[in-house]
Amino acid sequence: MQKKNKLVQLMIGIIFSMLCLIIIFPFWLLLSASLSDPGVLAAKGYQIVPNPIDFSAYKYVFKNTEQIFRAYGVTIVYSVITMILNVLLMAMIAYPLTRNRLRGRNAMNFYLYFTMLFNGGLVPTYIVVAKYLHLSNTIWVYILPMLVNPWYVFMIRTFFKGVPESIIESATIDGASEYNILFGIIMPLSKPVLATVALFTFLNSWNDWNTALIYITDEKLYSLQYLLQSIMENINIIKQNKMAASMTGNQDIPTETVRMAMAVVAAGPALIVFPFFQKYFVKGLTVGAVKG
Amino acid sequence: MRAKLNVQTKKRKYKHKLTSSDIQLYSMCILPLLTVFIFKYLPMGGTLIAFKDYKFNLGILGSQWVGLSNFEYFFKSNVFVQLVRNTLFNNFLFILFGTLSSLLVAILLFEVKSRMATKIYQTILITPFFMSWVIVAYMVYAILNSNYGYLNQILSLFGIQGIDWYSKPKAWYVILTLTYVWKNVGMDSVVYYAALMGIDSSLIEASEIDGANKVKRTIHVVLPTLIPLISILTILKIGNIFRADFGLFYTVTQDGASGNLYETTNVIDTYIFRTFRETTTGNSYGLTTAVGLLQSVVGMVLVILTNWTAKKIDPDMALF
Repeated sequence: MQKKNKLVQLMIGIIFSMLCLIIIFPFWLLLSASLSDPGVLAAKGYQIVPNPIDFSAYKYVFKNTEQIFRAYGVTIVYSVITMILNVLLMAMIAYPLTRNRLRGRNAMNFYLYFTMLFNGGLVPTYIVVAKYLHLSNTIWVYILPMLVNPWYVFMIRTFFKGVPESIIESATIDGASEYNILFGIIMPLSKPVLATVALFTFLNSWNDWNTALIYITDEKLYSLQYLLQSIMENINIIKQNKMAASMTGNQDIPTETVRMAMAVVAAGPALIVFPFFQKYFVKGLTVGAVKG
Repeated sequence: MRAKLNVQTKKRKYKHKLTSSDIQLYSMCILPLLTVFIFKYLPMGGTLIAFKDYKFNLGILGSQWVGLSNFEYFFKSNVFVQLVRNTLFNNFLFILFGTLSSLLVAILLFEVKSRMATKIYQTILITPFFMSWVIVAYMVYAILNSNYGYLNQILSLFGIQGIDWYSKPKAWYVILTLTYVWKNVGMDSVVYYAALMGIDSSLIEASEIDGANKVKRTIHVVLPTLIPLISILTILKIGNIFRADFGLFYTVTQDGASGNLYETTNVIDTYIFRTFRETTTGNSYGLTTAVGLLQSVVGMVLVILTNWTAKKIDPDMALF
């Protein structure tokens, strides 16, 4: 029996090792493609183990840093603003919704909930955002339409409901205003759910490429993912730089490996940072109770 | 009972009096509700242009009414059947294989005894979830690129030369499903794993005493406890079956490789985007809004229906 158990454990271990390899493999392929020697690549294709390792793609990316670093800057700025505003606004709507005696609470619940069921769709949203609000080619188009996601509002509301009412009552007796109670008591007590929501909204913003696809034509405002997408769609962006480079006497630009190096540079930080917060992402999924 | 009475008396007490705390609470709601109004409800009103011949200079209200002709045009166009088929069939594959694989991962993970190993496996499996579809598209491109790609290198060892995957529509049912599963299996298995952790351990011990082996135990004890959860999650996914993941179908296919892959990868969401972006003649705004409205309405009905079904199975699991 003991022996058999060990064998089963071993087999499961092998299965998972293989599974993990399958999951990691595409990451590895991307990395090694970016490190391939352009000459070897042209002759044999991407190498699973690049030999010789060639950093010229990275040299090129980091020599022409302006574009990618600007995209990084834009992405970080709007992601952080979106995250902060989102947590604030969603806490501000979630808290009143926990108060049973507040009239209109059910109407507000439905008002939020209905947007999960039905939406205007791409074109009407575009007309409102671009034509009436003139948000195209501004950084606000990354931020404002992303605010107040009802799903997260209900998640926060459920957590807020768990805060003992006696705490709120005693604060009220001490003369605390509702704002004091929310920002001073409820929110500090609800850090886990707020962190979860903050991370999810940050991840969404960080990976946002279709907003730029629809609303941004100004290259200076490209988000990181959209810059990457446009390079994929249109290698000419690199080629234009290539022309500029050849005019100044630089060597030929290895477009295939540069593409891959760009992807690695864009994916790297997310790959390293987000798994540290995995606990919160998992929590966000297993908090099922969002009902009102 | 007493709690209920309490609530009622409270309600009565505050019925006619707007306290300062109420005013504070309402004031908190203003900004969030306004945001939702502008970015969610105004576009809903904008769906009026599905029934109009939209002209940018005339605006939503000023454009001319055209009745249902936008819908008619869409139903009569040959793209309608293609879009519905692709959206439904691809999503069906995602639901089927996504559920099977995440279930399998969760059950296997449940058998891992070491906490450390469980954590490591989970962390690795979840990592793709954090990547944008653009990054994933690059990975797929590195594998499938006809000249340099890894897959064709391997195939050439077997004497198969230079297949251009980006012009083989049928293959994309498999490619997209694999990509979808690869990206989501870790995160999706979390829910099932959490449910397994909640199984009463005495049940499992009892089955062990009865001499059931692991396979038998999985089939007769572990799986049955998951069935309500599986059915509910599946039903809820079916509720969204008319909504396609734009990122997956647009970037990963390289915009349907400029038309070569539309046969299997053109879905409602990509069609709306392309028509909106590329067509400058005719009533493309009205047409795409009509398609979007159709998708939204059918989607809403499906979500309500499926949710109602889920509620019948387990009132706790329904979304509303």
